[in-house]
Amino acid sequence: MSTPAPRPRIRLDKKEAKAGDLIEVKALVAHIMESGQRRDKDGNVIPRKIINRFTCEVNGKLVFACDLEPAISANPYMQFKFKAKESGKVVLTWIDDDGSKIVGEETLTVS
Amino acid sequence: MSTTRRGALVLGGAVIGGALLGMPRPAAAKNDAEDLIKAFTGGASVATGKVKLDLPDIAENGNTVPLAFTVDSPMTADAHVVAVLVVAEGNPRGGVATFHFTPDSGVAEASTRIRLAQTQNVVAIAKMNDGSFFSDTRQVKVTIGGCGG
Repeated sequence: MSTPAPRPRIRLDKKEAKAGDLIEVKALVAHIMESGQRRDKDGNVIPRKIINRFTCEVNGKLVFACDLEPAISANPYMQFKFKAKESGKVVLTWIDDDGSKIVGEETLTVS
Repeated sequence: MSTTRRGALVLGGAVIGGALLGMPRPAAAKNDAEDLIKAFTGGASVATGKVKLDLPDIAENGNTVPLAFTVDSPMTADAHVVAVLVVAEGNPRGGVATFHFTPDSGVAEASTRIRLAQTQNVVAIAKMNDGSFFSDTRQVKVTIGGCGG
């Protein structure tokens, strides 16, 4: 990629939780999400380039994932929840059509 | 047939028109929402209920329409939502997103922002771990279409 990978913005509604609490995650990443439906001014189709997969892993275990289609808006926003079980790393991954990955990480402490 | 000037013009117009129509136009492809639902459910019957889809009644800007859903489920190892398919019936292509849940999700709910090309129905179908399916449909009136038409 010519431009450096954008830094995702991730917010957990709490970073310290009790086991069993629901943690709400809000995540936003800058991405054009080019649908492959648009044309440039010469009438040529602008090739599709989207993030097609988003995952959330807690300590390496998948808790939530989403397959994205071109109908997801630019700068895709994801909000979801997961159940806190143990302290550790919350890793969010966005996978582009070209295979490149954008990864963001937060630390969660569970008492 | 003798070629008159008028004939040539009509013919030329037809050729240009034909070329325009014949170009690969993904936007003109048939909306595949129905096929996506079939592939997702494997032909199983889909009941209404359990899923609550939240979309605005009127979206002024089709480029970014907030979508949220919740599925009524205890989300235990024995009874949980596996996936939720969201399709848009009036977009150039039907697919919007497929959300995947695990018992560790705690609740089956998520929200994102989607593109809608025109006024249409949006359908969410939840797949439960026991193989049953539930759906909800919402109509959204779109003032300015998304998908850069």
